[in-house]
Amino acid sequence: MATKKSRLHIPRPTARPGDQPDFRYLDLAEAGSVDKPSISARTRDIEYLSSGLVRILDDEHHAVGPWNPDLDPAKLQVALRWMLLNRHFDKRMWQIQRQGRISFYMEAKGEEAVSIGAAMALRSGDMCFPSYRNQGLFMYRGVKLVDMMCQCLSNTRDMCKGRQLPIMYHSKSGNVFSISGNLATQYPHAVGWAMASAIKGEDHIAASWLGDGSTAEADFHHALTFAAVYQAPVILNVVNNQWAISTFQGTAGGERRPFAARGLGLGIPGIRVDGNDLLAVYAVTLWAADRARRGGGPTLIENVTYRGGAHSTSDDPSKYRPKDEWAAFPLGDPIERLKQHLIVEGHWSEKKHEALEEELRAEVHAAWKEAQQYGTMTEGPFLDPATMFDDVYAELPHHLESQRRRMLEVESGNGNGGNS
Amino acid sequence: MAQMNMIEAIRSALDIVMDKDPNVVVLGEDVGYFGGVFRCTDGLQRKYGEHRVIDAPIAEGGIIGAAIGMGLNGLRPVAEIQFADYIYPGFDQVVSELARIRYRSSGEFFSPVTIRTPCGGGIRGGQTHSQSPEAIFAHVSGIRTVMPSNPYDAKGLLIASIESDDPVVFFEPKRIYNGPFDGDPDKPAVGWTSHPKGDVPEGHYTVPLGKAEIARQGSELTIITYGTLVHVAIAAAAATGVDAEVVDVRSISPLDVDTLAESVRKTGRCIVAHEATRFGGYGAELAARIQKECFWHLEAPIGRIAGWDTPYPHAFEWQYFPGKKRMMAGIRSMMEIE
Repeated sequence: MATKKSRLHIPRPTARPGDQPDFRYLDLAEAGSVDKPSISARTRDIEYLSSGLVRILDDEHHAVGPWNPDLDPAKLQVALRWMLLNRHFDKRMWQIQRQGRISFYMEAKGEEAVSIGAAMALRSGDMCFPSYRNQGLFMYRGVKLVDMMCQCLSNTRDMCKGRQLPIMYHSKSGNVFSISGNLATQYPHAVGWAMASAIKGEDHIAASWLGDGSTAEADFHHALTFAAVYQAPVILNVVNNQWAISTFQGTAGGERRPFAARGLGLGIPGIRVDGNDLLAVYAVTLWAADRARRGGGPTLIENVTYRGGAHSTSDDPSKYRPKDEWAAFPLGDPIERLKQHLIVEGHWSEKKHEALEEELRAEVHAAWKEAQQYGTMTEGPFLDPATMFDDVYAELPHHLESQRRRMLEVESGNGNGGNS
Repeated sequence: MAQMNMIEAIRSALDIVMDKDPNVVVLGEDVGYFGGVFRCTDGLQRKYGEHRVIDAPIAEGGIIGAAIGMGLNGLRPVAEIQFADYIYPGFDQVVSELARIRYRSSGEFFSPVTIRTPCGGGIRGGQTHSQSPEAIFAHVSGIRTVMPSNPYDAKGLLIASIESDDPVVFFEPKRIYNGPFDGDPDKPAVGWTSHPKGDVPEGHYTVPLGKAEIARQGSELTIITYGTLVHVAIAAAAATGVDAEVVDVRSISPLDVDTLAESVRKTGRCIVAHEATRFGGYGAELAARIQKECFWHLEAPIGRIAGWDTPYPHAFEWQYFPGKKRMMAGIRSMMEIE
């Protein structure tokens, strides 16, 4: 409504600590209610995808509607396993951080379907450019738990040689790029990678993820522009988990139009998907991947989900949002929903689920036991600090060689390493 | 050998590496159909096609970010940032990404991007078309920073940069694109044809990264500089009659300290000079290194000649630019110190 003078609008979340959670702002849609267009549809004809909500699992846990990928139950059991592994891994690593045995951690609680659903729909030759809550991608692409733990420990088996904060993994063999820690920077990389794939005439595509908060970064807009201009074969995911540390998705500009609609002005189709519905995430990713692979260009996918935990171990969400907000989130818990779906369809049971959880707990436990053998923050073996000078350049330049020598002299109590 | 100006030398370098390696691609604003606002990529799109010489949207962060992604996928991108003054929107991609991808992934990932960008003043460009931001990039570990001062080095260094697996920020002093400039704006412009460094081999060759060069032999004073000021320093030395040695740094980072120090040990006096602002500038690093390496050989404090610590003014360009007059005054006062 027009007012008589200009007025600064300050976006405010619907609930703060002590308030009743209120998700009425979320536009929901019935499962199965959104049409599935052909991958060759023109963007202008499928704008409805950006304002709707693609959902497959209904309230009774059945898979319904045109997007239903009719996945084999065995495949869904595998998906459930990956999501549960992600959850248990996070839970254990969080405890380990709280015990002071790693410096930092970030969990993906409540968002597991975003990584696992997409990973299942992509091909192994497709390149992933993850954000920091996509540990599920690394797991799915074959990175061992023990290697992820060793990274978090910065120990002798750390893939990053002690150079990165915990959780900043990378996997060359798994085609998952190195996590930066700076937000949204991976988005233009994904577009450039996809452009190169097209330049070389290959059919690999790229996919990237960032949070609702990071859509405000210039790199998000650069990436969308380049992707649209060159019709790069890329899938750009916004993981709208409602919270960017303490600011809700409205602070990033999500109050009036969905993030999925951000690409429409450039002619990029947007799909708003129930990010807690593994089937739906899988189905829309597969649609976008097929479209990209066949020359249809980029797709922007908004995964609507909820950050079930704190932003990181350094965060305390009880200071800015209701404690029970996740429990009230209308799209629920992705693991619970897939579990109930499999149970309803007769392919799973509480008993099997408990057994699986026990098995995964043991797997995580064994991995942690092994990881510590390669060193912890307090007990050796330790990384050789001389390696800190490696990989700055392709070859060690003279000045770094000399600095390494001086560092080692000082560490061993000789020389005047500080005076240079 | 052929006579080339710096633009032709740069174009020749691009042509040769593109011909040799199908993975080399060029992208930037106006680089394709038009051939670049300074003509450095003229004809390349016609020869190598629109998939390898790509006109980009006006988004420097996007150009550098996309180039990084291309490099991660096996290409060898050469990104042009139309003016060094425009590079700042891409700064985060250079500092936080390009420079550190190899390091943070323990060498598993790297992206061999070369960023070419015209820099420096003396062309009536005002404060948004005259800057020399090399110190900002020299401060970042993980990238190489290069600035040639003549056509021969421009071609050889550019080929070496593109072929290097390290990312390189390659600064091109645009005032000397068409000819050496001795810092006196009232004199008629001269071309590269009469300059020995305008003789450029037509084929493939490299000038090694990380190596400085003696641009003028001398015994009484060493002037350490790079880019346009190499020519200013040479002219000023000749005009004062001081037997000054001029060292062209060429590779700003990593730096060839040995060549610099050897010269200063010989002459006992040193001036460091650059167009960029003085405070916190690259000259401070040069002075600190020379002072450490050559302290017992120095007969005078190290002098610094630089742009004033103001933005680059349009109307007062020649009062701002550290030209021949300022260089001569600096040389004379340096020689007066007993």
